[in-house]
Amino acid sequence: MSSQSTTPLEYQGQQNQMTILGFWIFLGAEIVLFSTLFASYFVLEHNTAGGPTGEELFMLKEVLIETFLLLTSSFTCGLAIHEMRNGNKRDTIVWLIVTLLLGLGFVYMEISEFIHYVHEGATIQTSGFLSGFFTLLGTHGLHVSLGIGWVTLLIIQMMKRGITPVTARKVFVASLYWHFLDVVWIFIFTFVYLKGMM
Amino acid sequence: MSKGHKGFPWNHVIGFFLSIALTIFAVLMVQYTDFSKSTVMFIIGTLAILQAAIQLFMFMHITEGKSGVINIINITYSVFLAVVIVVGSIWILTTGHAAH
Repeated sequence: MSSQSTTPLEYQGQQNQMTILGFWIFLGAEIVLFSTLFASYFVLEHNTAGGPTGEELFMLKEVLIETFLLLTSSFTCGLAIHEMRNGNKRDTIVWLIVTLLLGLGFVYMEISEFIHYVHEGATIQTSGFLSGFFTLLGTHGLHVSLGIGWVTLLIIQMMKRGITPVTARKVFVASLYWHFLDVVWIFIFTFVYLKGMM
Repeated sequence: MSKGHKGFPWNHVIGFFLSIALTIFAVLMVQYTDFSKSTVMFIIGTLAILQAAIQLFMFMHITEGKSGVINIINITYSVFLAVVIVVGSIWILTTGHAAH
């Protein structure tokens, strides 16, 4: 835990430590936010109102691709932080760009999945099940999209200013956010898709 | 758990392969076994929690920094709230308490 010989750059200074702690508290609030959406989904799950059920709708292959894209992006985001702590600006930015591309791939897959569902007649207004589904998945997708915009801006800033305690802290906080979205997706994958396909 | 910044990022690579393996294992459980639905749900639910723990400890380094203990308490409390919200909602709305 405290075996590092040097404190990483992003933890230097009171302000940076407080920002990182504050962001963890924000993530705690995000856990509660997503739990309310999960709760609504589970309660409405069986109210399909004559519309399609999850078993009829969900496509394992597409969902697996989305899962692997997001898992891999979480990994490359971790590598970016690793390189940042080695003081390697170029590799940090390269891994962040890879992360962004994987994130974009995820959002693209998710949007085409949604379009496909709507063509099948499964819209957010069709049933309680689909309202819960699109609200939960849409909120997660919106978070990923916001994350893509956020990381894009941070890449530009790091290109201009290099790795400083301030930019390191910003990128580190964004990486926490990105990993967190992967955690939420794991639960969506398991308790929405896999459960729905059984 | 020493986290040398230099060298090969073993933590991340191991975490990545574990999460891929756990995902594939969960899919195999659902597609190719004939356990009862509740057994499968219990197993893949456990796998999901394991994966979340991998992200928290191996990727997000939750215990790192001076506020590592505060982070653990904060996230544990949030998870407790999440469980109360999810399990509580399902319990109240599926056992007939709301049917009046």
